[in-house]
Amino acid sequence: MNYIPNISFAIALFIGIGFFVMNVLKLVRNIKLGKEVDRSDRKTQRWKNMARVALGQSKMVSRPIAGFLHVIVYVGFIIINIEVLEIIIDGLFGTHRIFQPLLGNSIYGFLIGTFEILAFLVLVAVIIFWLRRNIVQIKRFMSKEMKGWPKSDGNLILYFEIVLMSLFILMNATDHSFQEAGFGNPISQFVAPWFSEYSLETLSSIEHIAWWAHIIGILIFLNYLYYSKHLHILLAFPNTYFANLQPKGQFNNLSSVTKEVRMMMDPDADPYAMPEEGLEEEIPEKFGASDVTDLNWVQLLNAYTCTECGRCTSSCPANMTGKELSPRAIMMKTRDRLEEVGRNIDTNKGAFKDDGKQLLNDYITPEELWACTSCNACVEECPIDIDPLSIIMDMRRFLVMEQSAAPQELNMMMTNIENNGAPWQYNQQDRLNWKDE
Amino acid sequence: MNVPTMAEMLSQGKSPEVLFWVGAAGSYDDRAKKITRAFVKLLHKANVDFAVLGTEESSTGDAAKRAGNEFLFQMQAISNIEILNSYEVKTIVCTDPHSFNTLKNEYPELGGNYKVYHHTQFIKKLVQEGRLDIKKSLKGKKVTYHDPCYLGRGNGVYESPRDIIRKLGVNLKEMKQHKNRALCCGAGGAQMFKDAEKGDKEINILRTEQALETNAEIIATGCPYCNTMMTDGVKFHEKESQIIVKDIAELIAEADNL
Repeated sequence: MNYIPNISFAIALFIGIGFFVMNVLKLVRNIKLGKEVDRSDRKTQRWKNMARVALGQSKMVSRPIAGFLHVIVYVGFIIINIEVLEIIIDGLFGTHRIFQPLLGNSIYGFLIGTFEILAFLVLVAVIIFWLRRNIVQIKRFMSKEMKGWPKSDGNLILYFEIVLMSLFILMNATDHSFQEAGFGNPISQFVAPWFSEYSLETLSSIEHIAWWAHIIGILIFLNYLYYSKHLHILLAFPNTYFANLQPKGQFNNLSSVTKEVRMMMDPDADPYAMPEEGLEEEIPEKFGASDVTDLNWVQLLNAYTCTECGRCTSSCPANMTGKELSPRAIMMKTRDRLEEVGRNIDTNKGAFKDDGKQLLNDYITPEELWACTSCNACVEECPIDIDPLSIIMDMRRFLVMEQSAAPQELNMMMTNIENNGAPWQYNQQDRLNWKDE
Repeated sequence: MNVPTMAEMLSQGKSPEVLFWVGAAGSYDDRAKKITRAFVKLLHKANVDFAVLGTEESSTGDAAKRAGNEFLFQMQAISNIEILNSYEVKTIVCTDPHSFNTLKNEYPELGGNYKVYHHTQFIKKLVQEGRLDIKKSLKGKKVTYHDPCYLGRGNGVYESPRDIIRKLGVNLKEMKQHKNRALCCGAGGAQMFKDAEKGDKEINILRTEQALETNAEIIATGCPYCNTMMTDGVKFHEKESQIIVKDIAELIAEADNL
């Protein structure tokens, strides 16, 4: 017996999955470059949030057209992947449609028939997606951060899906015995006649090529994920699980600041106290974020999860009125910088070597940060609970607390709060004047 | 107006049911002071035992926090909490969603635990308890409601303001962006205190256009800053004769000729 196909298949599978696992490990390492933040609480609520938002796609459908099409692709993707299980077994053991005798013709036919219909629907949905991006030119796909690679990335993903779905149908259409049996081929039966002129041998070769191309395509696509915005198909799940569950209006209180403020306000504290003998003087923590490593790991996970759909940007009041800020660009720039830091670590044998760059200024400008109204529209819009606002706020904190680089009017506002307890220059003694006016 | 302070109450050995946190805008801004007084009239009408901090009140630090100055915020918060706790304050009501949000969500971790209401929630509660009734004085009038970000998206309060507006008998017209999809007025995140960054339009003007599209005669708000932004937007479009901007507290007080 000829074992070459089996062995080749096993090797392809091993390389494909092995390479993917390597990249996932790198991804996890990069995310762990972020600061600690505790999201281990309220597990039941977290599972529910993941079930509703990621699994249930509850936020996708707020925009009905894109939402509906996305649900088709999503359901199709998950269900058609059951077929991959059969492909792997067939490939490894040299069987042909191993589930057919096991499940019986009617169940098997029903399953494959369902896959075919879903594959066809996915094909249609993906073509509409392509039209929306390239012909209809929906505004949120045309923003300046979507030029170049992000645009090609979006299209490449669609081409991948078109090819994979077509190969699946083609594979079934050219499977002579499968077509003869006449079950489970609701779509491929219309494709099969295109090949009626071919000999059985040629048909069988086409089927083989389609089968191989399909599984190799899937393995390539799996490995493409790490390099693309498409990681959301995996990361949407942890991202929604670890999402912030507090009211959106609540911003975190920096505990490092609380420590200092309490010390400052403690009348018994000795401002000239020397650190105790034997204790190293504590290195003061950096306030706010100027680089990706100052952000927490959930914010970094957010950056990898973003699939650049742009719903955030299209609902951002600053962006809608022509300001430089785009919440999507905040996420994309955070990921770009994080990957740069990751590559730096790779080339320097595991230790980051200062490259004279940081997230602030080199990627995200103060102008973007100061355009935000903190209205939470971007956070509300994100179909998978990404929080661009928290990154904006952490970077503002760095600008103000480490660099005193707030816009002049804000400095005046803060001076007023310090001096007279109001953002304007009014005397605190006049606070109750309104009652007699 | 009779507005007792916590200090006066304490000297009489009394502790009021609720503290009215007036906020900087409500204390100093001429337009917002009208909202403050309207709300006090409602508190009087409903016989609410309340007090204010008066000259002991200071900025919540909210604007400083959103501007990125966590130090100043926590200084303000910790000293405010000291005062609030010394008066053993249990319940607070605010006419400003920004104070409401920070007192309710950001003060607890720093030692300030209070039951905090936005005034629209508090008015609704008074109505439910039968302590206040709302006259149907605006029957059929077209009114649109602008959701303040820190009340709506920030804290999920969408219905209380709408419930009490409807009690005025109005014809509530929603803007195309409303509730969790509402467009910001442009004042949040400390933008109130600075010029907008370079762009092609002011946010408040865009939001006012959405309000004008409803053909409403009144824009109802629940935030002194939104009120300013929307009022400016109406002026920009020279529509002052067609549409007015009022806080919900003002609409309800006026309904009763208070």
